[in-house]
Amino acid sequence: MSFYRNLTIRQKRIAWAWTFLAVPVLFYGIIRFYPTGNAILISFQDWNLLGSRTWTGLDNYAKLWNDPVFWKVFVNTFQYLLIGTPLSLLLSFVIAYHLDKLRFAHSFLRMLYFLPFMTSAVAMAWVWRWFYQGVPIGLFNNMLAAMGIAQIEFLNSTTNALPAVLAPAIWAGLGFQIIIFMAGLRAIPTSYYEAARIDGVGWWTVLTEITLPLLRPTIVFIVVFSSIGFLRIFDHVFNMTTNNPGGPLNSTKPLVLMIYETAFTSFDMGYAAAQTVVLFTILLIVSLIQLRLLRSD
Amino acid sequence: MGKTALAGALAFGMAGSAQAVEIEYWQYFFDARVAAMEELIENFEAANPDITVKMTHFPYADYRTKVAAAIPAGEGPDVVQLFYGWLNDYIEAELIQPLPADAFPAEEIDESFFPMVQAMKVDGQYYALPTAVRSLALFYNERLFEEAGLDGPPETLDELVEHAKAMTKRDGAGNITQVGITTGMTAQDHHWFREVLVRQFGGEPYTDDYRTVNWNSDAGLAALDFYAGLEKEHGVTASGFMDEPQAAFKAQRAGMHIDGSFRIGSLADIRGLRYGVAELPAGPDGTRSNYSSYWVNAITTKAEGERYDAAVKFMEYITSDEAMQIWLDIVGELPAKPSVGMTEANANDPVYGPFIRGLDYAHTTKFADESGQRQVLVDMLGRVDIEGQDPAESLAQAAEAEQALLDEYYAE
Repeated sequence: MSFYRNLTIRQKRIAWAWTFLAVPVLFYGIIRFYPTGNAILISFQDWNLLGSRTWTGLDNYAKLWNDPVFWKVFVNTFQYLLIGTPLSLLLSFVIAYHLDKLRFAHSFLRMLYFLPFMTSAVAMAWVWRWFYQGVPIGLFNNMLAAMGIAQIEFLNSTTNALPAVLAPAIWAGLGFQIIIFMAGLRAIPTSYYEAARIDGVGWWTVLTEITLPLLRPTIVFIVVFSSIGFLRIFDHVFNMTTNNPGGPLNSTKPLVLMIYETAFTSFDMGYAAAQTVVLFTILLIVSLIQLRLLRSD
Repeated sequence: MGKTALAGALAFGMAGSAQAVEIEYWQYFFDARVAAMEELIENFEAANPDITVKMTHFPYADYRTKVAAAIPAGEGPDVVQLFYGWLNDYIEAELIQPLPADAFPAEEIDESFFPMVQAMKVDGQYYALPTAVRSLALFYNERLFEEAGLDGPPETLDELVEHAKAMTKRDGAGNITQVGITTGMTAQDHHWFREVLVRQFGGEPYTDDYRTVNWNSDAGLAALDFYAGLEKEHGVTASGFMDEPQAAFKAQRAGMHIDGSFRIGSLADIRGLRYGVAELPAGPDGTRSNYSSYWVNAITTKAEGERYDAAVKFMEYITSDEAMQIWLDIVGELPAKPSVGMTEANANDPVYGPFIRGLDYAHTTKFADESGQRQVLVDMLGRVDIEGQDPAESLAQAAEAEQALLDEYYAE
């Protein structure tokens, strides 16, 4: 007790701060960092979940480097990112921008846009999967057939499948991004717009000189958030291609699905952990680059 | 006097408590399997009042993970159900122990069970035994057969194609709206290809106890040409038609459908579906073949002492003739012994009969990684189908990929 009494006020404050922080720090350490560390450890081992773990050094990483499926999956993952993020950003901004100006049935429309975000990804993926089926059950192809147009292979095609899977994923995330954009738009002081109107500036100038620059923090958040989402895409792909996960011919397989399959259908835990470490590194690098590019001025 | 009575009571009480054993049984969750096992446990407990069996079941997706985590921790089952393909992994990880030779003599099992059960024998000792097995057969829609003027199921592969042609329908734009036969490598067709078609075209799919791929041959190519030709050449099917082959058959949009005996249960509930079952069509030279798989029961390393004795008794019961008949009646899976399967009533049953007769010439693939090996065939067909690759090239590429999987597995 005398030890505590001899501390300065500043030191006491720190002691108490850490006492209160100890619980969340411990919790976070056990729930987050321990498994992460363990995953890194397993990536240097060979383990089929049943037997004992054996050390294999860098074997899993060497196998990954020489695995053509991994490189295909790597390209797919970046396709999801590079098509998905800009497209969803543009769409959500355009919708938010116009929705913001709209007075009639504003909240109702906003709710309609937000609904898909609250729907379970699994249910949504299965509905879209049905849309994409061929004649006689698929919605899109039945419409085409009714107009006398030949049916399109949406999912059973190496070129169409990835965009077909990506479309509902973008659509599902739009609601959230629209809400964030609208909040960002509302946060811009109206006095700027009034000043611009008095000066007689055109809408394009208002958009590029006032709205977009002031939306920068919002854009940073959405870009980082949706990039991480597209890099981790899994549920849409898995549920729309359950018969042939990530198919056909690996054309839709993202990294997370490859990890899942390696771990839980092939039971090759070491290899799956190595893939996880790679994904983690990619996520980290992409996020850091984006934060740096978009934040600093 | 009082003392001896007390001692006697104590001894009796202790003996009583020592005899009341509870063992645990684990399986994956499937309605009919759980119902069948409940009935078996009830019968077993009635015959062995000193033993209680507690059944636990898990969703299929979690099953293997749970078993792997629980047994080493001493928490898991005493008797466990596992897929036959997992046996080596389970033995290697010391999760299961051999069945005692006095209660399960190997020679007797060799004689009394269908031959594919011998895959459960390692170094002359049986590690696990099935209650029921599964095989493939041809389901056909009787209404569509009548509509097309066909009088019975196809006997040969050529007839299969002719029958399928008679039942295929297209709309004005040329889109297929009803298939003669369903196809899907992702469903059961990869088994049909490996163990049935390759053999029927004169090949042997694997050598060296399923460690060496042998279907990259003339027979394999003929099998692939036949299979891919159903869609490409004859236009009697479309892969991915109505999403899943069994869905098309249930919706009465498919004339024929090859599937496992486990499908019988789910077809019974489809209103208005009249279907027949036939043995798989014979090959060009009359060869018949089939594929069979099964789930087995084994005693885990956790079971020791009196729990072990109780587990042995339970194993004896669930592999008995009586248990097999109950399993057939409730789950629709086929008895693992000819003595039960080949009874007059079972072998001539219009639904079960073709499956049971198929067991006689069935082969069981020893998989190293079943889904991986299936994926190889899915991709082989995909390359031919979607990318137009030369079948011989695709075949060779697939064989190489599967061999790599096998090599990696057996190298350990």
